[in-house]
Amino acid sequence: MATKDYIRERFFPHIWCPGCGHGIIMNALLHAIEQIGLKKNDIVMVSGIGCSSRISGYLDFHTLHTIHGRALAFATGVKISRPELTLLVPMGDGDALSIGGNHFIHACRRNIDMTAIVMNNRVYGMTGGQYSPLSGYGTYATTAPYMNIDQDFDVVQLATASGATFVARSTTYHVHEMTAILKAAILHKGFSVVEVMSQCPTYFGRKNKEGSASDMMEKFRARTVPLGSKKKQEDPTLIERGIFVDKQMPEYCEEYQKIIGRAMKDK
Amino acid sequence: MGRQVKFVQGNEACVEGALYAGLGFFAGYPITPSTEIAELLSARLPQNKGIFMQMEDEIASICAIIGASLTGRKSMTATSGPGFSLMQEALGFAAMAEIPCVIVDMQRGGPSTGLPTKLSQGDVNQARWGTHGDHAIVAMTASNHQDIFSVTVDAFNFAEMYRTPVILLFDEVLAHMRERLEIPSPGELPLVERLKTGVPEGVDYHPYLPREDGRLPMSDFGGVHRYNVTGLFHDMWGFPTEDPKIVYGLMRHLVDKIEHHVDDLTRYREYFAEDAETLLISYGSAARSALHVVMNRRQRGERLGLLELQTLWPFPAALVRQKAEKARYVVVVEMNMGQVLQSVKAAVERPDRVSLANQVDGTLITPTSILNILRIIQGRGV
Repeated sequence: MATKDYIRERFFPHIWCPGCGHGIIMNALLHAIEQIGLKKNDIVMVSGIGCSSRISGYLDFHTLHTIHGRALAFATGVKISRPELTLLVPMGDGDALSIGGNHFIHACRRNIDMTAIVMNNRVYGMTGGQYSPLSGYGTYATTAPYMNIDQDFDVVQLATASGATFVARSTTYHVHEMTAILKAAILHKGFSVVEVMSQCPTYFGRKNKEGSASDMMEKFRARTVPLGSKKKQEDPTLIERGIFVDKQMPEYCEEYQKIIGRAMKDK
Repeated sequence: MGRQVKFVQGNEACVEGALYAGLGFFAGYPITPSTEIAELLSARLPQNKGIFMQMEDEIASICAIIGASLTGRKSMTATSGPGFSLMQEALGFAAMAEIPCVIVDMQRGGPSTGLPTKLSQGDVNQARWGTHGDHAIVAMTASNHQDIFSVTVDAFNFAEMYRTPVILLFDEVLAHMRERLEIPSPGELPLVERLKTGVPEGVDYHPYLPREDGRLPMSDFGGVHRYNVTGLFHDMWGFPTEDPKIVYGLMRHLVDKIEHHVDDLTRYREYFAEDAETLLISYGSAARSALHVVMNRRQRGERLGLLELQTLWPFPAALVRQKAEKARYVVVVEMNMGQVLQSVKAAVERPDRVSLANQVDGTLITPTSILNILRIIQGRGV
């Protein structure tokens, strides 16, 4: 199946700005799905609110576009009711880690089999460029005209500490790597978190004088290194990419089946 | 199988009703006085391949039941005031996206943390207007465990019939009081199952195109039809739109599908209402005291009657108007500052006849208190 067979052409053009990284992530995700050979009827995509969350409307899966920050909670109800379905949960950085932070850490801890994709453009785009918990100290935003003094989360460290059994990071510059990582994340049994660094030239780029979309992507190339690279030792400010965690732990839906077994025996 | 008789708390009567109705998924977060519902369902649901989840908070709980409902499971959550406040945004999502689900609010004293272990009926208007934006909603209550059981079954039936969230507004006294419950035999009470679409695979399915009777046949997530569900105003495919015609049509549909079926949605009981000179209107635990006064004074020849409302929303205005027609005094007995009072005043002719007999100190209003208030209203002194 070609990737175009996974989209709902009826609902295009999409709302994303020229140069936005989210379309690149959508493309990589569809390639990952195609390579795995998943059927459209077996995929449920659950999203929240924001630019990133509109991705669900454009894709020809069972799609649930929910409320701000709560996508993982809705997805949990779907997954445990129908464990045979593949759950994909794309979220923006504000959606996943600000308003949705509590659901994020608890979904990691529970290790329910789904793939959370944090489309991290470090800004609230839909509302016009306010700082997010991933913007970071020293950045500028429409709500930080003098400078942002909020420290940022490290998504990889947060997900790891919260118990996610697959944690990875990539960028919109590294499309083939991103596709391979998304593929591994979807195939992983358990809760997978993939952070994808994405560019918002309209707001983050403009406010922080990062230039055009391609300038921002060039920065992803220059400022990130593969996990375990020697360059990181020389320059600790570089951001590592790759698969940080990939381990097996009891998966929630499988464990609940055992609970049903126990309960039926006690009946 | 015959009828089973149990001596139970109201929380357990609600659990029995939900299981009888076919509950398949529950998600909740501990909160007094509803916690026993979660505890009981954590044991009972998996015995029949149902699913219980304790979530990280009440927001996650209601979101999870909406997700589970989309796969075809009958779903419920239970909470009390503070948790019910947290659920309001997702409740609006369920109303907008037309997802069947049941939300139990075992009311306690509020606002805020209020009186966790004491009763109140202060969430009646929150059930109606707690979520933002125009919408219609169904909210029901009961005054005894047999009726808690049957309105819980009704709640699941209405949720499926009208594709709507249904709120059960019980209270702390009902939750923790124990009394007899006779569980009907399987098949004794009618159950409404989900209306599934007959559109075959490969044919364009319109999840949000109502039939002529207003009902929307559903397709389960994971089934052969893939469609979009959103809290945005949406077209017949479920895709977001700002087209004024479609926006208006959806708003009209969401309100009319409930408001046009008030008679079907109305559950109530009446005691000596026909010839009552003084008509009490009450609901929930307060109706127990009101009923006691009515039975007691009837024996002494006083023309006192009771209309006990079980459906609070949509408000059965025509019923209330008709039952109150001949009464000289109409007295609303409730455990709040007059939340149903306002709807009664708006419903009846000569609203100056309508008074409030309330109590808001966390304890149940007694028959004596009601009688004292009646005497003053009737101009007879205590």
